Amino acid sequence: MPLLEVSNMSHNFGGLRAVNEYNLAIEPGQIVGLIGPNGAGKTTVFNLITGIYRPTEGRIVFNGQDVTGHAPNRIASLGLARTFQEMRLWRHMTVLEHVKMACYSKFTYGLAGAFLQTPKRIREEAEVEELAFASLKMFGVEQFASHWPTDLPYGAARRVEMARAAVTKPKLLFLDEPTVGMTPEEMLAMIEVVRKMHETLKPAVFLIEHRLKVVSELCHRVQTLVFGQVIAEGTPEEIQNNPKVIEAYLGEEKVVA
Amino acid sequence: MHQTTSTASHPRGSLELVRRFFANVPLLAWFCGALVAVILERAVGLSMAQSLGMPRIPVLFGFLVFLKQPALIPGALGYVLLMNILPICITAKIGAPVFNLVSRILYKMPLVVTALVHLAVLYAVFHFWADVNAYRMIMLKMMLISILLTLSLNVINGYMGEFSCSHPGFMALGAYAASLFTVGLFVNDQLFGPAMMTSDYAVVFFPLGLFFTGLVSALGALVIAIPSFKTRGDYLAIISLAFTFIIKSVLENLEFLGGPRGLSGQPDWSSLPMVFIIVVFGVWVINNFVTSTMGKALNAVRDDEIAAEAMTVDTRKTKIIAFMFAAFWAGVAGGLFAHVLRFVNPSTFGIQKLAEVLAMVYFGGLNSVYGSIVGAVSISLLGEALRPLEILKWIIIPLLLILVMIFRPRGLISFKEFNIHNLLKPRG
Repeated sequence: MPLLEVSNMSHNFGGLRAVNEYNLAIEPGQIVGLIGPNGAGKTTVFNLITGIYRPTEGRIVFNGQDVTGHAPNRIASLGLARTFQEMRLWRHMTVLEHVKMACYSKFTYGLAGAFLQTPKRIREEAEVEELAFASLKMFGVEQFASHWPTDLPYGAARRVEMARAAVTKPKLLFLDEPTVGMTPEEMLAMIEVVRKMHETLKPAVFLIEHRLKVVSELCHRVQTLVFGQVIAEGTPEEIQNNPKVIEAYLGEEKVVA
Repeated sequence: MHQTTSTASHPRGSLELVRRFFANVPLLAWFCGALVAVILERAVGLSMAQSLGMPRIPVLFGFLVFLKQPALIPGALGYVLLMNILPICITAKIGAPVFNLVSRILYKMPLVVTALVHLAVLYAVFHFWADVNAYRMIMLKMMLISILLTLSLNVINGYMGEFSCSHPGFMALGAYAASLFTVGLFVNDQLFGPAMMTSDYAVVFFPLGLFFTGLVSALGALVIAIPSFKTRGDYLAIISLAFTFIIKSVLENLEFLGGPRGLSGQPDWSSLPMVFIIVVFGVWVINNFVTSTMGKALNAVRDDEIAAEAMTVDTRKTKIIAFMFAAFWAGVAGGLFAHVLRFVNPSTFGIQKLAEVLAMVYFGGLNSVYGSIVGAVSISLLGEALRPLEILKWIIIPLLLILVMIFRPRGLISFKEFNIHNLLKPRG
């Protein structure tokens, strides 16, 4: 049984059909890519599955549980973490606090612990701090632990966002354009970071990308979305040679790397 | 270019010299210096004041004298120098090696012990300072209560980043609930009949009563929170402002609570130790909350709600809990307030109170425990010091607030975490 199964999902923004009859199945540990030209509805697909939008039609089953229309925080606490294309970091929180915050649903100390320094609170906060440091280390940004995100170089901020998403060891990780705005060298480093993370934590990954290099290095399977519709699905090689994809997406720009 | 930097850095340079001169003085030494000063004032203050040409001890570091009787300014200045500044600085500087030794020993003990020793000395300072006359006593209690009030409002307006105007309403709920509790049960009163219990155990019953008082305010907060936190934006400001006015007019129309005349006859239970302990406890609890990951979720919700939800934070629950929590402490502050004045009426909890608390929060600094303490203390002191100016006071304080907003838009000390280790550590 797949870890995530989306069937016949559609979404309308007013009169605009943003996503049409979308289907997806991700097996545990698999890396699936989602490519498509700007405005194809890739981020909308992410937002629908993670619960930010409620799909107009269709069904989303995650880990054997129907999560269609559930609140984002409930879906996230089932083990679905994500990053954002526009990097939604919290302006007035340190990097360490960012990563600790992702463990919010793991805390069990309740109100008593929040208001008083109960032993349980002290223990849980310390445990989570250790987890957070380990996650920062995995992405090579532990030296920024006490900084605010506004102090970080761009690449480090991207990694912090990933460390925040990966700290809870999610079953499924959504990465929304992890290499956007990066130089080729930074991009190669990012591919290595994602690969290392995948080897250590073994999550299933669903990845939006524009660069074919990233997709072909990382993904087991790729979907191409154009105007809210999946026009092709297959291995990276198949997709690169698919005439429909070349026409819709790569037509003018054969080499994107 | 060079010229401007050197002239601009000059005042900073002399400040830097002072800072460096006192760099080895730990907090304990300052507290003990203040203790020496207040004990000295108690012993020889009156005769010193008289020999400087003043009829009695200047109550508020000479501030009131400056505006009321300008002829006495030199005397008042001399008094402040001799009785306050010099004893504190001399004790702190000369005693620094000894106090550092004590600090070092304390620092090795559990933090609770260290903190309690510091608080005990601070309490002694307050006790001797306020013991001189009743005015100082009331002022000091009001100042402590306003710290609690400011900090609790900061939880909403600073940490959570919403704009709430309901603090006077919560305070009113607290003040009346606490008064009902004490007047109804422990006092022979015309309205509520004879006392049902003796007031022998005030030390136990009063905090207990204040706890329930806080719960009453928290319930009031739930009424606002449920409709307002469905969306973001200005709704909370509008609904909470309406809440304040509704509470005020309801209280004005409830005859059994005294209507617009108010309720009096509260027992004298807001003693200085009681106020001090409850305020310190409140600050501790609020600081615990805002430094826990549960409390930090408020910052996450404020800075980016979508990211917070994606990181498993239940934003609505977080907001409602924080709002009720803040209201709880506002209610406790209201209960203490009613028992300091031993009289409450609805008009106390109007728009003026709101302006005062908001000024304290925004002057001191958003998202900061330090900031709230600084804001509450400085606006309270300023309010008292400028009292002789009467109506002009309400021009000067807002002007000052505008200046703060221009130069430090988030308040004097914003976004700074309360670091107790750093505060209490020995310095050399």
